[in-house]
Amino acid sequence: MRTGYDLELVHVTKRYGDTVAVRDLNHVFAPGSYVCLLGPSGCGKSSTLRMIAGHEEVSDGAILLEGHDISSLPPARRGTAMMFQNYALFPHLSVRDNVAFSLRMKGVDTAARHARANDLLSLVDMTHLADRLPAQLSGGQQQRVALARALVTDPKVLLLDEPLSALDPFLRIRMRSELKKLQRDLGITFIHVTHGQDEALALADEIVVMNDAVIEQAGPAREVWATPRTEFVARFIGGHNVIALPEGKATVRADAVLLGDSGLPATITAVEYQGASVAVTTRTETGDDVLALLPEEAFFAAPKSPGDAVRLQWDDRRLHRLEA
Amino acid sequence: MSRHRHLIGWVQAAPLAAILLAFLVAPIVMIVIVSFWGATEFSIYPAFKFDNYEFLFGSSVTYRVFGATLKYALITWALTLVIGFTVAYFLAFHVRSLTMQIALFLVCTIPFWTSNIIRMISWIPFLGRNGIANQTLISWGVIDEPLDWLLYSDFSVILAFVHLYTLFMVVPIFNTMMRIDKSLLEAARDAGASGVQTLVHVIIPLTKPGIMIGTIFVVTLVMGDFITVRFMSGSQRANVGRLISNDIALLQYPSAAATAVVLLCTVLIVIAILLRFVNIRKEL
Repeated sequence: MRTGYDLELVHVTKRYGDTVAVRDLNHVFAPGSYVCLLGPSGCGKSSTLRMIAGHEEVSDGAILLEGHDISSLPPARRGTAMMFQNYALFPHLSVRDNVAFSLRMKGVDTAARHARANDLLSLVDMTHLADRLPAQLSGGQQQRVALARALVTDPKVLLLDEPLSALDPFLRIRMRSELKKLQRDLGITFIHVTHGQDEALALADEIVVMNDAVIEQAGPAREVWATPRTEFVARFIGGHNVIALPEGKATVRADAVLLGDSGLPATITAVEYQGASVAVTTRTETGDDVLALLPEEAFFAAPKSPGDAVRLQWDDRRLHRLEA
Repeated sequence: MSRHRHLIGWVQAAPLAAILLAFLVAPIVMIVIVSFWGATEFSIYPAFKFDNYEFLFGSSVTYRVFGATLKYALITWALTLVIGFTVAYFLAFHVRSLTMQIALFLVCTIPFWTSNIIRMISWIPFLGRNGIANQTLISWGVIDEPLDWLLYSDFSVILAFVHLYTLFMVVPIFNTMMRIDKSLLEAARDAGASGVQTLVHVIIPLTKPGIMIGTIFVVTLVMGDFITVRFMSGSQRANVGRLISNDIALLQYPSAAATAVVLLCTVLIVIAILLRFVNIRKEL
């Protein structure tokens, strides 16, 4: 698994005064993978990203890229590039000059840096708007420019801080497929911070779920979703019901819950039609909310309304024990 | 309905328009009219003649005094810009907490709690031949003889100007800098820009409108001033303002009015030139 050309966090800690934003993180990011740092706001995911980028100092520990400690290098010499949440395009520079900015800082002459900027603008399909100012672009277009600007330095790792949060839902879905395609074409590591589990599931080869300054669980997207390690992960990643059993807590996937004649008694509190499926929210006698995701046909064969008493069943083999 | 709204619009604009008309447009029109009047040693009389302007443009004193006025404006502008930019930069980018920013900003305004004249005059005992500055320098052994150029010189005039007007540069520049998104500075750093490069390629271009507004303040204030020049030069230096004030003292109103009109035009031309460089409209 280890190739030596990867990004590694070694006991990385970030403190602001007395508060610990990131506590003793150890993780290896495989090269060329799309990684999502997922967690609620304030969980330390952004601080982690900013430490990798070099915009926050590491209080303790080290960040290694290809075996070198980069934690004390300035951002531009780390081999990383960052795409900022609000894109942070320079408002006084044209799209082309924005993309060419880092080359200009290095003293590359105008012709060469414009040629390189044009290459990247064609990569993100923005060549036709190269002479515009950022304020004259839509959100999606600004994002492509920001992407081109980050990629102009040939980074080994691209860091994206909630890149899709400023876009409307329709554009968000389109941009995320473009991000994924770009990552596959370039073959570099993308580290993408998000608080949206659907975004993480859609994009990530690997999901790192963070909470309260630590990593709760890390692994391939499917593994994290199918076998959440803790109650927090199960609830945050969605699609799971956490059920208290005598031996401890367990999860059962919402699509494994059936409404039947025997089983756990519950009352329906909400019915939500979602197209292919129907989400039925129920409350058990112990006060737990249990979500059942029923196929559309199955639900409408025996429709139910809020207030109806039902019994919840599931195959015990589909129960997944939680560690915490 | 649309006629009605039309009317309301005019009514709403009327009070400000009336004030501007009465206190800005009318006096200027009056000055322009009087500038064409005639004068004798003891009287002035309505007329329409160009004598005042002919005399003004025919006299070498006019050119020297306008030259001196522009020189004061230029030097004061350069110094207030450097100091003002530095102070604003410090306040906007080095002071982290908003409370501290506000506190320090208020400290900057403390000199304005006293009048212009007091602030000016308080330099005199400091800079005089036997003043604190000279005595201190002599006691330190830096100089043997008191420095004469400290007071009643171009130096003291410009010192007072800079002292009086730097805040007019600080405020608009600070205001513009506070609007710069801090993530732009991070983006510049991410792109490998050094501190100086960030300053030159990001901060200064984005601060231009503030610099321009400050420049207009300082240039118009310095060019219209007469009291500072009179006090701080001990009446040994002249600028256009003093030219006008002397004319008025001699009751030569038409001549004063003509000089005022030429000064007004000069200032307007300077501002027009400045506005060609920077679009300040997006700041307002």
